Amino acid sequence: MATQHSRSAARIMMAPAVFLLLVWMLVPLCMTLWFSVRDFRPLRGGDLGFVGLENFGRFVSSSAFWPAVATTLVIVGGVLLISIVLGVMLAILLDQPMWGQGVVRILVIAPFFVMPTVSALVWKNMFMDPVNGVFSYIWQFFGADPVVWLSEMPVFSIIMIVSWQWLPFATLILLTAIQSLDSEQLEAAEMDGAGPLSRFGFITLPHLSRAITIVILIQTIFLLAVFAEIFVTTGGAFGTRTLTYLIYQRVLESQNVGLGSAGGVYAIILANIVAIFLMRIVGKNLDK
Amino acid sequence: MGRITLDKVRKAFGDVEVIPPLDLTIDDGEFVVFVGPSGCGKSTLLRLIAGLEDVSGGQIRIDGNDATMVPPAKRGLAMVFQSYALYPHMSVRKNIAFPMRMAGIDQAEQDRRIESAAKALNLTDYLDRRPGQLSGGQRQRVAIGRAIVREPAAFLFDEPLSNLDAALRHGMRLEISELHKRLDTTMIYVTHDQVEAMTMADKIVVLQAGVIEQVGSPLELYRKPRNAFVAGFIGSPTMNMLTGEDAAKRGADTIGIRPEHVTISTTDGTWKGTVGVAEHLGSDTFLHIHPDSDPSKTMTVRVDGEFTAHHGDTVWLTPQEEHIHKFDAQGLRIK
Ligand SMILES: Nc1ncnc2c1ncn2[C@@H]1O[C@H](COP(=O)(O)OP(=O)(O)O)[C@@H](O)[C@H]1O
Ligand SMILES: [Mg+2]
Repeated sequence: MATQHSRSAARIMMAPAVFLLLVWMLVPLCMTLWFSVRDFRPLRGGDLGFVGLENFGRFVSSSAFWPAVATTLVIVGGVLLISIVLGVMLAILLDQPMWGQGVVRILVIAPFFVMPTVSALVWKNMFMDPVNGVFSYIWQFFGADPVVWLSEMPVFSIIMIVSWQWLPFATLILLTAIQSLDSEQLEAAEMDGAGPLSRFGFITLPHLSRAITIVILIQTIFLLAVFAEIFVTTGGAFGTRTLTYLIYQRVLESQNVGLGSAGGVYAIILANIVAIFLMRIVGKNLDK
Repeated sequence: MGRITLDKVRKAFGDVEVIPPLDLTIDDGEFVVFVGPSGCGKSTLLRLIAGLEDVSGGQIRIDGNDATMVPPAKRGLAMVFQSYALYPHMSVRKNIAFPMRMAGIDQAEQDRRIESAAKALNLTDYLDRRPGQLSGGQRQRVAIGRAIVREPAAFLFDEPLSNLDAALRHGMRLEISELHKRLDTTMIYVTHDQVEAMTMADKIVVLQAGVIEQVGSPLELYRKPRNAFVAGFIGSPTMNMLTGEDAAKRGADTIGIRPEHVTISTTDGTWKGTVGVAEHLGSDTFLHIHPDSDPSKTMTVRVDGEFTAHHGDTVWLTPQEEHIHKFDAQGLRIK
């Protein structure tokens, strides 16, 4: 099959797609790098020329920077914790033989296909609304005062919304991992006197460790970029301004493209560090 | 201590009855082999004894106590699985220690048992490796080590050698037999390989479709198979079965004669035939002979390695009358 001729034909046919991908990726990247070293304010004088690394310094020294980093870490960490703990539990549940397994699995995956903006709006207006939300009805049913979710516990609310979106992804990956666990290992442990909890701790969890790492890394890359959920709920208020949101505010609200681009470059570097770990682990997985 | 009694034990998966009610007694210290073709329910029977499957009916007694509802860990049995079922993320030492750790045995005693098991199984140099870094034979030994340290009332083996190559299999066969002699503990061993059954067992249980066809010592089964199925299953190469005139003459529906009980001659005998394939093992030769009366049939004859015969040679075969097995229309042995 792989003769010289067929290989060069394949290359020619792949070329347009590769070219498109490269342009798609490289043009915005180069523009970000270019703007990050310029003082570019579209509404206040336009491109004011080359400023070196000044934008990078100003971005990290602004008073909003460290709180944004902290918020980002809390949101990423919170979502990871919830989606992995619940993901493991759901995966174990879905692995049990039961009636209608196929349908249940599809239902569990469904939230992943809902657009972030839509799901955030649904949560905001149908669940968390202090007057008409489902939660407020539940609170009132028990005689409690409804919680004003998005202003009383804004970060937690966002964590909840984003976790709901990412739980299916974690569940799916962990479910495939659980299904690959050799049942004889569990039976051997059972005969060796390990109860259900010991079997989970000594056999299932170590077996899942690699899948959990992969979920953590993939989700981290995407969670660092969470935006729509914040935009349509709190708009960055009440301490929900993440790094991504800060960049957005610098570019669009303060109209300082240079400063925002510098923040963007930081984000690129951060995401790449995570990606390197991810590649290493996935690569090791494939070698085995 | 390890006397296991099965009393009308029955197993069905849904509507399919895999094991019809079955009685069996395994005495303390016995090496019992369950043998039978694939899918006949050997593993299921073993798993019922282990407690990994629930019985659909009947009673399992271990040392006289009803163990039917006792969970696997409490039955005092240790199992070696076909896939070894080692814990891949634990070192060999941790693997072997696992059942003791679960039982809460103190560290000094754990170390002592690991040490002695490792020495007995030639694993001392590998204690700190992971299972993934071991060969098939070594993994098998780790699995056995993990079973030994529990000091169980009985060992259960489910086709433990089927993942090993032929040379290793022979070695492990001897090791397991030796282990049995040394520990003097009850062992139940499942295999589809009648050679393993013949060479290792004190007592063989031949199963077919969940039914016990015969229970007996290897030589009893070889000399007095209860029916045509056992006769065909035990012994290698398999017994020659003849029907028709030869059988009717001896008052049977089918007669069987083992390849080693046929005398061959180049000049005269009972049946005339043509040599087909000759399998030379060195010490012995297995000749596949097509009788002239029906050339589509094949009879196997075991001859001395020195005997020379070539494809197409004409030979004469004579069965040793005292070794002929007679079976009636139901396949049962005629006394
Ligand atoms: N969990 C199960 N569910 C349904 N049928 C099963 C199950 N386990 C085994 N069987 C059936 O029981 C029969 C005996 O299986 P098994 O005991 O594994 O045979 P063996 O070990 O002798 O090859 C087979 O026909 C198999 O399909
Ligand atoms: Mg089996």
